[in-house]
Amino acid sequence: MPGTVQSIERAAAVLRLLAAAPDGLGVADLGNALGLAKTTVHGILRTLHQVGFVEQDHSGAHYHLSDAFGRLGESYLDPNELRSRAINWADSLASRSGEVVRVGRLVEGKVEVVHHVFRPDDSDQDLDVGTTLPPHATALGKAVLAYDTSARPRSLEAYTTRTITDPVQLGEELATVRSRGWATEFEEHTVELASIAAPIRGLGGLVVGAVGLAGRIERICDSRLRHRGDLVTMVRATADAIARDLRDDT
Amino acid sequence: MAEQYVAAVDQGTNSSRCILFDRRGRLVSVAQREHRQLFPRPGWVEHDAEEIWRNVARVVPAAIRQIGAAPSQVVAIGITNQRETSLLWDRRTGQPIGHAVVWQDTRTDRLVTELAGDEGADRFADLCGLPLTTYFSAPRIKWMLDHTPGLRQRAERGEVLFGTMETWLIWNFTGGPNGQARHVTDVTNASRTMLMNIETLDWDDKLLEAFDVPRAILPEIRPSSGVFATATEVLPGVRIGAALGDQQAALFGQTCFSAGEAKCTYGTGSFLLLHTGQEIVRSKHGMLTTVAYQIGDQPASYALEGSMAVTGSLVQWFRDGLGMIHTAAEIETLARTVEDNGGAYIVPAFSGLFAPHWRSEARGVIAGLTGYITKGHLARAVLEATGFQTLEVVDAMNADSGIALTALKVDGGMTANNLLMQFIADLLDVRVVRPMVTETVSLGAAYAAGLAVGYWPDLEGLRSNWHRAGQWMPHMDPARRATEYANWQAAVQRTFNWIRPEDQDL
Repeated sequence: MPGTVQSIERAAAVLRLLAAAPDGLGVADLGNALGLAKTTVHGILRTLHQVGFVEQDHSGAHYHLSDAFGRLGESYLDPNELRSRAINWADSLASRSGEVVRVGRLVEGKVEVVHHVFRPDDSDQDLDVGTTLPPHATALGKAVLAYDTSARPRSLEAYTTRTITDPVQLGEELATVRSRGWATEFEEHTVELASIAAPIRGLGGLVVGAVGLAGRIERICDSRLRHRGDLVTMVRATADAIARDLRDDT
Repeated sequence: MAEQYVAAVDQGTNSSRCILFDRRGRLVSVAQREHRQLFPRPGWVEHDAEEIWRNVARVVPAAIRQIGAAPSQVVAIGITNQRETSLLWDRRTGQPIGHAVVWQDTRTDRLVTELAGDEGADRFADLCGLPLTTYFSAPRIKWMLDHTPGLRQRAERGEVLFGTMETWLIWNFTGGPNGQARHVTDVTNASRTMLMNIETLDWDDKLLEAFDVPRAILPEIRPSSGVFATATEVLPGVRIGAALGDQQAALFGQTCFSAGEAKCTYGTGSFLLLHTGQEIVRSKHGMLTTVAYQIGDQPASYALEGSMAVTGSLVQWFRDGLGMIHTAAEIETLARTVEDNGGAYIVPAFSGLFAPHWRSEARGVIAGLTGYITKGHLARAVLEATGFQTLEVVDAMNADSGIALTALKVDGGMTANNLLMQFIADLLDVRVVRPMVTETVSLGAAYAAGLAVGYWPDLEGLRSNWHRAGQWMPHMDPARRATEYANWQAAVQRTFNWIRPEDQDL
C-alpha cells in the first residue's frame, strides 16, 4: 500500500488553522503553530492561494480561507474568466483552420457554449454564447464528458441516425477520448457536419472545459472520412495554450 | 522562397512590443518588454527614452527568433506609438535631455490655463483641431525649454531635437548620432502636437510663436504610409514603411478606410475614432479633429476622436478598490445575477469628465441608490457606464459629422465581455462587430508599412484580410433605450460643479 503524502497532510493542517482564525494568520503564526520552516509554510500558502483555497488580505501579511473553499462543489473557474483567457487562442484557431470555433464547459449535464468565434468567411452567423449543446452528440461535449465523474446523460437523444444512443457504446467512445486526449464527432448532431475538440486542463489536471472546431465533412475529414490530422494538431495545441495561460497565473 | 513578414513595433505606454504578421494579416509571433514608469512628483509621469530604445532593439530580433526566421524575411517595419509623449535630445551625442514626458503628465496644468487666457481653451482649435489641455505636446515642449537652463539657446542654435516616440525610434533605427540619422515624424503624430496646421499639414508659424517653440528642433512631417528610411541598426537594410499614432493605427488595422466607418478600442480608457474622409470636421461637441492617416502623396484622411477616460479602469476599481470581484472577467458573472441595473447609474468622473463634456470640476456619482440595489446591480452599472459614455461620444460625432454611424468595429480587452458588447449594440442601435485579429494597433502599423513597400497591393487587399469573429445585433426596445439614456444624462448632471473654486489650491 502506498504511503501518505506529507505535503497534503501539512496543507490540511494549514487549512484547519486558518478555518479557526477569523482574522487570518501570517506565515510566522502558521510556522510556529506547526513547527515548520517559514519557506515551507510559504510554499504551501502560495499553492493553496493558486488553487483558490486561501486569500491574502490587503497588506499581504495575513492569509484566510477563501469563500470558494466553502463551495468546492461549484465550478472553480468563472466561465467569463475562461472566455477572456481563451479569446486570443480561439481567434487564432479559427483564422488558421477557417472553421467555427467554440469553447464549452459542462453545466448540469449539458455543454454550455462559453465562447464562439465565427467561421472567417464573413457569412451571416449568430453568436450562440450561453446556449447549450448535447454532450453525447458533439466533440466539444465528449471532450468534457470523458473526464466528468458525475453526470452521465441519462437519456441519449438521437439527433441523426449516427448519434450514439447506447450508453455502453458511449462509454467506449469516452474511453477512446481519454486514451488519445481528443474527441471527434461525425454527423452525430447535424447531417454533413463533423467536429473535433480537446479538453482544457487547469491546475492539477482538472478539466475546466474544451475547445473545438466544427464544419462541413469535406473540410474537417480527409477523403477516407477520417478527421484531418493537421486540424487535430491545431485543436490540441490550442487547448494546451489556453491551459498554459490558465495555469501560469490563476 | 521563404515566407516574408512585416514587423510592427508598438511602442506603448507600458511596454514595447514587436509583432510579426504574415501576408494574410495573421499574427505569427510576439515579443514584449515593459519599461519603468517614473513618477518624480505628484502628477508627473516620465519614461527613460534610452531604456525604451534598448527594449525595442531587443524585442525586434526576439520576435524573429521565436519563429526561427531570418532577419532578411522581414520586408518592412511599421511603427506605432503612445501619442503625445515628448522628448528632447542632443543632436550630436544622441543623449536624451531629461526623460520623456508622458501624455498622462499634468505638469503643464498651470501653463495651459495661462495660455488659454481670456480667449479660452479653443483659441488654437481653428489651426490645429485641438483644445488646450495637458494632453498634447506643445505646452510640454515649452515647459521643457523654459525649465532647463540654457536649453532654449541650444535649441535655437539647432543643437537639440524634439520628437514623439516614433521620431526617436526612427532616428535610432537610422544610426542615431552617427550623422546619417533621419529626423522625421508622420502626419498623425504631428497632428497631436498642437504645432501642425491641420489643413496644410505643415508646422504653423503662428502656433510655433504662440508656444515659443523654435522650428529648428522639429522633425520633417511625412505621410504615415511611405518609406521613411532604411534601417541601419537592429534590422540593417529593412525599410521603415510606416509610422502612426496608436489610435490611428487601430483605425487602420480595423480597415476603416471610408468616411463613416468607426472603431472603438476598449481598454483602461477607450478611444472612438470616426473616419470623416478628406473633410476636416470641426467639432462643436467636444470631439478632437485629428489626421487619420496619409498614404504616400495621396490627400490625407481625417477623423473625429472621442476619448473616454475611465472605462476598463472602472472595472479595475470595482475589483481592487471595492473588492467586489477577484478578476475583471468576473464582473460579467456578477452582472448576470440580476436582470437590469435596478435604477442605479455610476458616472466615473474620477478626474473630471472627458468628451463630450470636458468638465474638470466634475466628480463621480452613484445615482439612483436605493435599498433594493445589490452588488449585481452595481456590476451592471459599472459595465453600462462604458456603454453610456460610448453613446455620448457617438451622439456628438453624429451631430458634428452629419453621418449616422451604421456599425461599430470594436477591439481591446473589454470585447471579451459579451454583456457589455450587447449593451453597446442595444444603446447605439447599430451592429457591434469584433474582428478576428484583436491586436489592431500593431496590425494597422504593419498594414501601412506593408502597403508602402508593395507587400500588400492596395486597401482592398487589406479589407479582404479583415474577418468578423463575433457580432452583436441591437434589440432593445426604443422606449427603454430613451429612458435609460435620460436617466444616465440626469446622473451626469449631478457630477457637475463638485469641486468648487475655493477647493482648488490657491
